[in-house]
Amino acid sequence: MPTVGVMTDTVRQPVDASTPDVTQAQISAQMEDAAQSYLRGLADHGRRELHPRLDYPAYRSSVLRHPTKDPVPVDPEGVELWSPVFGERDVAAVEADLTAVHAGEPLGERIVVTGRVLDAHGRPVRRQLVEVWQANASGRYAHQRDQHPAPLDPNFTGVGRCLTDDQGWYRFQTIKPGPYPWRNHRNAWRPAHIHFSLFGTEFTQRLVTQMYFPGDPLFALDPIYQSILDPAARERLIASYDHDLTQPEWATGYRWDIVLDGTRRTPTEEDVDA
Amino acid sequence: MPEARGIRPVETPALDPTPGQTVGPFFGFALPVPGGAEIAPAGAAGAVRLHGRVLDGAGSPVPDAMVELWQSDTDGAVVQQAGSLRRSAGEFTGWGRAATDADGWYEFWTRVPGGGFFSLAVFARGLMHRLFTRAYLPTAASDPWLSTLPQDRAGTLVARAQDDGFVFDIHLQGDQETVFLDFSARDRR
Ligand SMILES: [Fe+2]
Repeated sequence: MPTVGVMTDTVRQPVDASTPDVTQAQISAQMEDAAQSYLRGLADHGRRELHPRLDYPAYRSSVLRHPTKDPVPVDPEGVELWSPVFGERDVAAVEADLTAVHAGEPLGERIVVTGRVLDAHGRPVRRQLVEVWQANASGRYAHQRDQHPAPLDPNFTGVGRCLTDDQGWYRFQTIKPGPYPWRNHRNAWRPAHIHFSLFGTEFTQRLVTQMYFPGDPLFALDPIYQSILDPAARERLIASYDHDLTQPEWATGYRWDIVLDGTRRTPTEEDVDA
Repeated sequence: MPEARGIRPVETPALDPTPGQTVGPFFGFALPVPGGAEIAPAGAAGAVRLHGRVLDGAGSPVPDAMVELWQSDTDGAVVQQAGSLRRSAGEFTGWGRAATDADGWYEFWTRVPGGGFFSLAVFARGLMHRLFTRAYLPTAASDPWLSTLPQDRAGTLVARAQDDGFVFDIHLQGDQETVFLDFSARDRR
């Protein structure tokens, strides 16, 4: 059991001696500097950054974990022009329903999340693996290392898998995850998100990312979301609420399409006849 | 072996990509699967071990990283076989996934790739976006593309032979920083 804390005057609060000493204001100032310098550069030379900055010190764990040398340009060859194959035997159909894993219903807001996986030319990525993982409705992961004092839900694990269909569609039924605190700085909170892992038709398209929910008040404060300096690029991580996906008396619906990096190989007939 | 695929001239992509994000600290209960790193049965005839450490810029192990391996079969063929998440004995899929342990070690059991290198993708908490690299076999160290790199940089891409296979450390940063690959560079020219 996590240590929940003691009663103070009227409000129960966690007791924690190791609160980081960096403030949100300091982190926000760092993020603002990076954002401004990116926008100035964009005005100068027009080069957009479509992925996060690897060197983004406002996410403090990145400081010793980002390469300092430029990646070396190389044409993909051999296996890199192909992707591993996953099939029905890798993924059971029930794995797309994160609410159906345990005997009881998980607590929280039941949602449907669906969309298409496409390549940069708009072609569907067919019959390919999509994996998700997330916190429960209280913002707690069913992971040993998550010790934040919010309740675990015995009816929710928060891991899902599915294969895209022939038009590139994936679909999960789950619970809307809660925001959660982390130790990047004092009073750091992650906006609610679902982690996604994706494969394309080529190894070079491999992507791990996070999907967010519209209107989250924590976006501006979060160095992971803000590490994508291009405003239009980071908004691609926000799903849209879609009332047509909402099911009466059952679940609200979110739509989120995913576009993988461009492929370099010659398209085969199978790719083109989509 | 599937039909050969060539590199085509780059068309301007119609859609901007969905950006990456860090894998975070909590992937361990979701992405690694039992047997996921055992692409060939450990210790079996013809099986080799590929292992190494993921290290940060201070030389400290990264205990919350994940490495994915994708490779050709021993004869160089690209394998298009499902089953990497639920393996059957004797079936080789060419793809595996390994989380690092408390000392930053990852470990695969696999076969020697006929293509000359193991293709790797690296993920970690604190790493904003996945990195690609290659672990070349010691016998492929004279690869023409490798020889276009400065010698000390090229050396970071060559695995070291050991009794049961190969060692390949991945330095995210620092003096021995591994060469990471940019497959999309041509798209921007
Ligand atoms: Fe998370």
